[in-house]
Amino acid sequence: MTEPELERTNVAPGQPHDTLLSETVAYVIGLGLALVLTGVSFWVASTSALWGPGVAVGLVVLAIAQMGVHLVFFLHITSGPDNTNNVLALAFGVLIVFLVMVGTIWIMAHMNANMGISPELMNLQMQH
Amino acid sequence: MTSEAATIGLTHGASEDTGLGQRGPQSKSIVVPYGFWLFVLSDMVLFSALFATYATLVHATDGGPVTSQLFDRSLVAVETVSLLLSSFVCGLAMVAAKRANMVWTQVWLVLTGLLGLVFLVIELREFAGLVAIGAGPQRSAFLSSFFTLVGCHGAHVTAGLMWIGTMSAQIWAKGFQPHIVRRLLCLSIFWHALDIIWVAIFTIVYLIGTLP
Repeated sequence: MTEPELERTNVAPGQPHDTLLSETVAYVIGLGLALVLTGVSFWVASTSALWGPGVAVGLVVLAIAQMGVHLVFFLHITSGPDNTNNVLALAFGVLIVFLVMVGTIWIMAHMNANMGISPELMNLQMQH
Repeated sequence: MTSEAATIGLTHGASEDTGLGQRGPQSKSIVVPYGFWLFVLSDMVLFSALFATYATLVHATDGGPVTSQLFDRSLVAVETVSLLLSSFVCGLAMVAAKRANMVWTQVWLVLTGLLGLVFLVIELREFAGLVAIGAGPQRSAFLSSFFTLVGCHGAHVTAGLMWIGTMSAQIWAKGFQPHIVRRLLCLSIFWHALDIIWVAIFTIVYLIGTLP
Protein backbone atom coordinates (compact mmCIF):
# COMPACT_ATOMS: atom_id res chain seq x y z
CA MET A 1 0.00 0.00 0.00
CA THR A 2 1.43 3.33 -0.98
CA GLU A 3 1.70 6.39 1.21
CA PRO A 4 -1.10 8.43 -0.44
CA GLU A 5 -3.48 5.48 -0.06
CA LEU A 6 -2.76 5.34 3.66
CA GLU A 7 -3.26 9.08 3.95
CA ARG A 8 -6.75 8.87 2.52
CA THR A 9 -7.98 6.46 5.18
CA ASN A 10 -7.09 8.79 8.04
CA VAL A 11 -6.70 12.49 8.57
CA ALA A 12 -4.76 14.30 11.24
CA PRO A 13 -6.73 16.63 13.51
CA GLY A 14 -6.39 20.24 12.44
CA GLN A 15 -5.43 19.32 8.91
CA PRO A 16 -7.44 21.06 6.21
CA HIS A 17 -8.16 18.84 3.24
CA ASP A 18 -9.60 19.51 -0.25
CA THR A 19 -9.16 22.43 -2.57
CA LEU A 20 -7.94 25.93 -1.73
CA LEU A 21 -11.43 27.36 -2.16
CA SER A 22 -13.33 24.77 -0.11
CA GLU A 23 -10.77 24.92 2.71
CA THR A 24 -10.92 28.70 2.90
CA VAL A 25 -14.71 28.68 2.69
CA ALA A 26 -14.85 26.22 5.61
CA TYR A 27 -12.79 28.59 7.76
CA VAL A 28 -14.94 31.56 6.73
CA ILE A 29 -18.15 29.67 7.59
CA GLY A 30 -16.64 28.70 10.92
CA LEU A 31 -15.65 32.28 11.65
CA GLY A 32 -19.12 33.53 10.73
CA LEU A 33 -20.91 30.98 12.92
CA ALA A 34 -18.55 31.60 15.84
CA LEU A 35 -19.05 35.37 15.56
CA VAL A 36 -22.83 34.95 15.48
CA LEU A 37 -22.80 32.64 18.50
CA THR A 38 -20.48 35.01 20.39
CA GLY A 39 -22.71 37.97 19.54
CA VAL A 40 -25.82 36.10 20.68
CA SER A 41 -24.04 35.15 23.92
CA PHE A 42 -23.20 38.77 24.72
CA TRP A 43 -26.72 39.88 23.74
CA VAL A 44 -28.37 37.18 25.87
CA ALA A 45 -26.23 38.23 28.83
CA SER A 46 -27.12 41.92 28.44
CA THR A 47 -30.81 41.88 27.57
CA SER A 48 -33.60 41.93 30.08
CA ALA A 49 -36.08 40.51 27.58
CA LEU A 50 -35.38 36.92 28.59
CA TRP A 51 -36.44 34.96 31.66
CA GLY A 52 -33.64 35.62 34.18
CA PRO A 53 -33.06 32.17 35.69
CA GLY A 54 -32.78 30.58 32.25
CA VAL A 55 -30.09 32.92 30.95
CA ALA A 56 -27.13 31.07 32.52
CA VAL A 57 -28.27 27.75 31.05
CA GLY A 58 -28.77 29.40 27.67
CA LEU A 59 -25.24 30.83 27.81
CA VAL A 60 -23.76 27.40 28.54
CA VAL A 61 -25.69 25.90 25.61
CA LEU A 62 -24.42 28.67 23.31
CA ALA A 63 -20.85 28.06 24.51
CA ILE A 64 -21.11 24.33 23.81
CA ALA A 65 -22.50 25.09 20.36
CA GLN A 66 -19.57 27.42 19.66
CA MET A 67 -17.08 24.79 20.81
CA GLY A 68 -18.72 22.41 18.33
CA VAL A 69 -18.30 24.99 15.56
CA HIS A 70 -14.61 25.36 16.43
CA LEU A 71 -14.10 21.59 16.46
CA VAL A 72 -15.77 21.03 13.09
CA PHE A 73 -14.66 24.06 11.07
CA PHE A 74 -11.25 24.86 12.63
CA LEU A 75 -10.01 21.51 13.93
CA HIS A 76 -11.81 19.50 11.21
CA ILE A 77 -13.11 16.87 13.60
CA THR A 78 -15.94 15.31 11.61
CA SER A 79 -18.00 12.14 11.74
CA GLY A 80 -16.34 10.74 8.62
CA PRO A 81 -14.77 7.26 8.70
CA ASP A 82 -11.31 8.81 8.28
CA ASN A 83 -11.77 10.65 11.57
CA THR A 84 -12.63 7.74 13.90
CA ASN A 85 -9.49 7.94 16.02
CA ASN A 86 -9.78 11.69 16.54
CA VAL A 87 -13.46 11.43 17.48
CA LEU A 88 -12.86 8.57 19.92
CA ALA A 89 -10.09 10.51 21.67
CA LEU A 90 -12.34 13.56 21.81
CA ALA A 91 -15.22 11.54 23.25
CA PHE A 92 -12.97 10.20 26.00
CA GLY A 93 -11.70 13.70 26.74
CA VAL A 94 -15.25 15.07 26.95
CA LEU A 95 -16.21 12.22 29.30
CA ILE A 96 -13.35 13.03 31.69
CA VAL A 97 -14.01 16.77 31.54
CA PHE A 98 -17.70 16.14 32.26
CA LEU A 99 -16.91 13.83 35.21
CA VAL A 100 -14.40 16.24 36.76
CA MET A 101 -16.58 19.33 36.44
CA VAL A 102 -20.03 17.96 37.22
CA GLY A 103 -18.65 15.62 39.88
CA THR A 104 -16.79 18.40 41.67
CA ILE A 105 -19.61 20.93 41.52
CA TRP A 106 -22.18 18.35 42.60
CA ILE A 107 -20.15 16.98 45.52
CA MET A 108 -18.97 20.35 46.78
CA ALA A 109 -22.49 21.81 46.67
CA HIS A 110 -23.83 18.87 48.66
CA MET A 111 -21.03 19.11 51.17
CA ASN A 112 -21.88 22.76 51.65
CA ALA A 113 -25.54 21.85 52.16
CA ASN A 114 -24.93 18.83 54.40
CA MET A 115 -22.33 20.27 56.73
CA GLY A 116 -25.17 21.79 58.72
CA ILE A 117 -23.65 25.23 58.88
CA SER A 118 -24.88 28.39 57.28
CA PRO A 119 -23.50 29.35 53.86
CA GLU A 120 -21.94 32.46 55.42
CA LEU A 121 -19.93 30.36 57.86
CA MET A 122 -18.98 27.93 55.12
CA ASN A 123 -17.85 30.87 53.08
CA LEU A 124 -15.60 31.97 55.95
CA GLN A 125 -14.13 28.50 56.33
CA MET A 126 -13.31 28.13 52.67
CA GLN A 127 -11.24 31.27 52.66
CA HIS A 128 -8.59 29.85 54.98
CA MET B 1 6.99 -3.25 0.39
CA THR B 2 9.84 -5.71 0.75
CA SER B 3 9.33 -9.45 0.59
CA GLU B 4 11.20 -9.83 3.88
CA ALA B 5 8.75 -7.57 5.68
CA ALA B 6 5.88 -9.50 4.15
CA THR B 7 7.34 -12.79 5.36
CA ILE B 8 7.50 -11.74 8.99
CA GLY B 9 3.99 -10.37 8.86
CA LEU B 10 4.62 -6.64 8.95
CA THR B 11 2.74 -6.07 5.72
CA HIS B 12 0.04 -7.83 3.77
CA GLY B 13 -1.10 -7.74 0.21
CA ALA B 14 -4.61 -6.60 -0.48
CA SER B 15 -5.76 -10.22 -0.91
CA GLU B 16 -4.72 -10.99 2.68
CA ASP B 17 -6.96 -8.38 4.23
CA THR B 18 -7.42 -9.47 7.83
CA GLY B 19 -10.41 -7.23 8.41
CA LEU B 20 -8.48 -5.51 11.17
CA GLY B 21 -8.13 -2.20 9.40
CA GLN B 22 -4.99 -0.73 7.97
CA ARG B 23 -1.82 -2.76 7.99
CA GLY B 24 1.26 -1.31 9.59
CA PRO B 25 1.68 2.01 11.35
CA GLN B 26 0.29 5.20 9.89
CA SER B 27 2.63 7.74 8.41
CA LYS B 28 4.24 10.34 10.66
CA SER B 29 2.03 13.08 9.23
CA ILE B 30 -0.95 11.28 10.84
CA VAL B 31 0.67 9.92 14.02
CA VAL B 32 2.38 13.13 15.17
CA PRO B 33 -0.70 15.40 15.06
CA TYR B 34 -2.80 12.61 16.57
CA GLY B 35 -0.40 12.39 19.51
CA PHE B 36 -0.51 16.14 19.86
CA TRP B 37 -4.31 16.00 19.77
CA LEU B 38 -4.15 13.63 22.75
CA PHE B 39 -1.95 16.15 24.58
CA VAL B 40 -4.41 18.95 23.84
CA LEU B 41 -7.28 16.85 25.18
CA SER B 42 -5.32 16.15 28.38
CA ASP B 43 -4.73 19.89 28.63
CA MET B 44 -8.49 20.36 28.50
CA VAL B 45 -8.82 17.90 31.38
CA LEU B 46 -6.38 20.11 33.31
CA PHE B 47 -8.55 23.14 32.57
CA SER B 48 -11.69 21.25 33.63
CA ALA B 49 -10.13 20.87 37.09
CA LEU B 50 -9.45 24.62 37.20
CA PHE B 51 -13.02 25.36 36.07
CA ALA B 52 -14.36 23.06 38.79
CA THR B 53 -12.21 24.85 41.37
CA TYR B 54 -13.45 28.22 40.16
CA ALA B 55 -17.10 27.13 40.24
CA THR B 56 -16.64 25.85 43.79
CA LEU B 57 -14.94 28.99 45.09
CA VAL B 58 -16.68 31.73 43.10
CA HIS B 59 -18.84 32.81 46.07
CA ALA B 60 -16.01 32.57 48.63
CA THR B 61 -15.23 36.27 48.46
CA ASP B 62 -14.25 36.93 52.09
CA GLY B 63 -16.19 40.20 52.05
CA GLY B 64 -14.10 41.38 49.12
CA PRO B 65 -15.20 42.30 45.60
CA VAL B 66 -17.58 39.94 43.81
CA THR B 67 -17.61 39.01 40.11
CA SER B 68 -20.15 41.62 39.01
CA GLN B 69 -18.03 44.45 40.46
CA LEU B 70 -14.79 43.48 38.74
CA PHE B 71 -15.34 42.52 35.12
CA ASP B 72 -15.70 44.80 32.11
CA ARG B 73 -17.77 43.13 29.38
CA SER B 74 -16.74 45.42 26.54
CA LEU B 75 -13.05 44.62 27.14
CA VAL B 76 -13.89 40.92 27.19
CA ALA B 77 -15.73 41.31 23.89
CA VAL B 78 -12.60 42.82 22.30
CA GLU B 79 -10.47 40.00 23.73
CA THR B 80 -12.91 37.39 22.42
CA VAL B 81 -13.04 38.80 18.91
CA SER B 82 -9.26 39.20 18.64
CA LEU B 83 -8.64 35.62 19.78
CA LEU B 84 -11.33 34.30 17.43
CA LEU B 85 -9.87 36.21 14.46
CA SER B 86 -6.42 34.95 15.47
CA SER B 87 -7.70 31.37 15.36
CA PHE B 88 -9.29 31.98 11.96
CA VAL B 89 -6.14 33.53 10.51
CA CYS B 90 -4.10 30.62 11.88
CA GLY B 91 -6.33 28.34 9.79
CA LEU B 92 -5.61 30.45 6.70
CA ALA B 93 -1.88 30.09 7.46
CA MET B 94 -2.34 26.30 7.41
CA VAL B 95 -4.13 26.48 4.05
CA ALA B 96 -1.23 28.50 2.65
CA ALA B 97 1.42 26.27 4.26
CA LYS B 98 -0.15 23.16 2.74
CA ARG B 99 0.50 24.72 -0.67
CA ALA B 100 4.03 25.80 0.33
CA ASN B 101 3.18 29.46 -0.23
CA MET B 102 5.89 31.27 1.75
CA VAL B 103 4.56 34.84 1.54
CA TRP B 104 0.98 34.12 2.63
CA THR B 105 2.02 31.63 5.29
CA GLN B 106 4.26 34.27 6.86
CA VAL B 107 1.66 37.03 6.52
CA TRP B 108 -1.06 34.96 8.18
CA LEU B 109 1.28 33.67 10.88
CA VAL B 110 2.43 37.18 11.82
CA LEU B 111 -1.20 38.34 11.87
CA THR B 112 -2.08 35.37 14.08
CA GLY B 113 0.65 36.40 16.50
CA LEU B 114 -0.34 40.08 16.49
CA LEU B 115 -4.00 39.30 17.25
CA GLY B 116 -2.88 36.95 20.02
CA LEU B 117 -0.70 39.75 21.37
CA VAL B 118 -3.68 42.13 21.43
CA PHE B 119 -5.55 39.56 23.50
CA LEU B 120 -2.63 39.10 25.88
CA VAL B 121 -2.04 42.83 26.40
CA ILE B 122 -5.71 43.42 27.26
CA GLU B 123 -5.65 40.51 29.69
CA LEU B 124 -2.45 41.71 31.40
CA ARG B 125 -3.87 45.24 31.73
CA GLU B 126 -7.00 43.76 33.30
CA PHE B 127 -4.87 41.78 35.78
CA ALA B 128 -2.78 44.84 36.62
CA GLY B 129 -5.95 46.88 37.15
CA LEU B 130 -7.37 44.25 39.51
CA VAL B 131 -4.17 44.10 41.54
CA ALA B 132 -4.07 47.91 41.67
CA ILE B 133 -7.53 48.13 43.28
CA GLY B 134 -6.57 45.50 45.88
CA ALA B 135 -8.28 42.60 44.09
CA GLY B 136 -5.15 40.54 43.61
CA PRO B 137 -4.97 36.75 43.89
CA GLN B 138 -4.31 36.88 47.65
CA ARG B 139 -7.52 38.85 48.39
CA SER B 140 -9.95 35.91 48.50
CA ALA B 141 -10.35 32.29 47.46
CA PHE B 142 -12.53 33.47 44.58
CA LEU B 143 -9.76 35.74 43.25
CA SER B 144 -7.11 33.04 43.74
CA SER B 145 -9.11 30.65 41.59
CA PHE B 146 -9.89 33.39 39.06
CA PHE B 147 -6.23 34.28 38.56
CA THR B 148 -5.26 30.60 38.39
CA LEU B 149 -7.86 29.76 35.74
CA VAL B 150 -7.57 32.82 33.52
CA GLY B 151 -3.82 33.16 34.15
CA CYS B 152 -3.25 29.54 33.12
CA HIS B 153 -5.00 30.26 29.82
CA GLY B 154 -2.92 33.43 29.45
CA ALA B 155 0.26 31.43 30.06
CA HIS B 156 -0.80 29.04 27.30
CA VAL B 157 -1.36 31.98 24.95
CA THR B 158 2.11 33.34 25.84
CA ALA B 159 3.67 29.97 25.06
CA GLY B 160 1.69 29.86 21.82
CA LEU B 161 2.98 33.30 20.81
CA MET B 162 6.58 32.19 21.31
CA TRP B 163 5.84 29.04 19.33
CA ILE B 164 4.34 31.12 16.48
CA GLY B 165 7.53 33.20 16.36
CA THR B 166 9.66 30.07 16.33
CA MET B 167 7.66 28.45 13.52
CA SER B 168 7.72 31.62 11.46
CA ALA B 169 11.52 31.66 11.71
CA GLN B 170 11.85 27.92 11.00
CA ILE B 171 9.69 28.09 7.88
CA TRP B 172 11.67 31.10 6.72
CA ALA B 173 15.02 29.37 7.30
CA LYS B 174 14.24 25.78 6.37
CA GLY B 175 11.28 25.96 4.01
CA PHE B 176 8.30 23.62 3.91
CA GLN B 177 10.02 20.39 4.85
CA PRO B 178 7.66 17.65 6.05
CA HIS B 179 8.80 17.77 9.69
CA ILE B 180 8.46 21.58 9.78
CA VAL B 181 4.93 21.40 8.37
CA ARG B 182 4.06 18.78 11.01
CA ARG B 183 5.19 21.18 13.72
CA LEU B 184 3.09 23.91 12.16
CA LEU B 185 0.06 21.62 12.16
CA CYS B 186 0.59 20.90 15.87
CA LEU B 187 0.82 24.64 16.50
CA SER B 188 -2.50 25.22 14.75
CA ILE B 189 -4.16 22.46 16.84
CA PHE B 190 -2.80 24.13 19.99
CA TRP B 191 -3.98 27.58 18.94
CA HIS B 192 -7.51 26.45 17.98
CA ALA B 193 -7.77 24.54 21.29
CA LEU B 194 -6.86 27.71 23.24
CA ASP B 195 -9.77 29.51 21.59
CA ILE B 196 -12.13 26.67 22.58
CA ILE B 197 -11.01 27.06 26.21
CA TRP B 198 -11.49 30.81 25.98
CA VAL B 199 -15.12 30.25 24.90
CA ALA B 200 -15.68 28.44 28.20
CA ILE B 201 -13.87 31.18 30.15
CA PHE B 202 -15.72 34.14 28.70
CA THR B 203 -19.05 32.36 29.16
CA ILE B 204 -18.57 30.96 32.67
CA VAL B 205 -16.33 33.60 34.24
CA TYR B 206 -17.20 36.84 32.51
CA LEU B 207 -20.75 36.60 31.14
CA ILE B 208 -22.39 34.46 33.83
CA GLY B 209 -20.31 36.33 36.43
CA THR B 210 -21.76 39.69 35.37
CA LEU B 211 -25.39 38.68 34.95
CA PRO B 212 -27.73 41.13 36.73
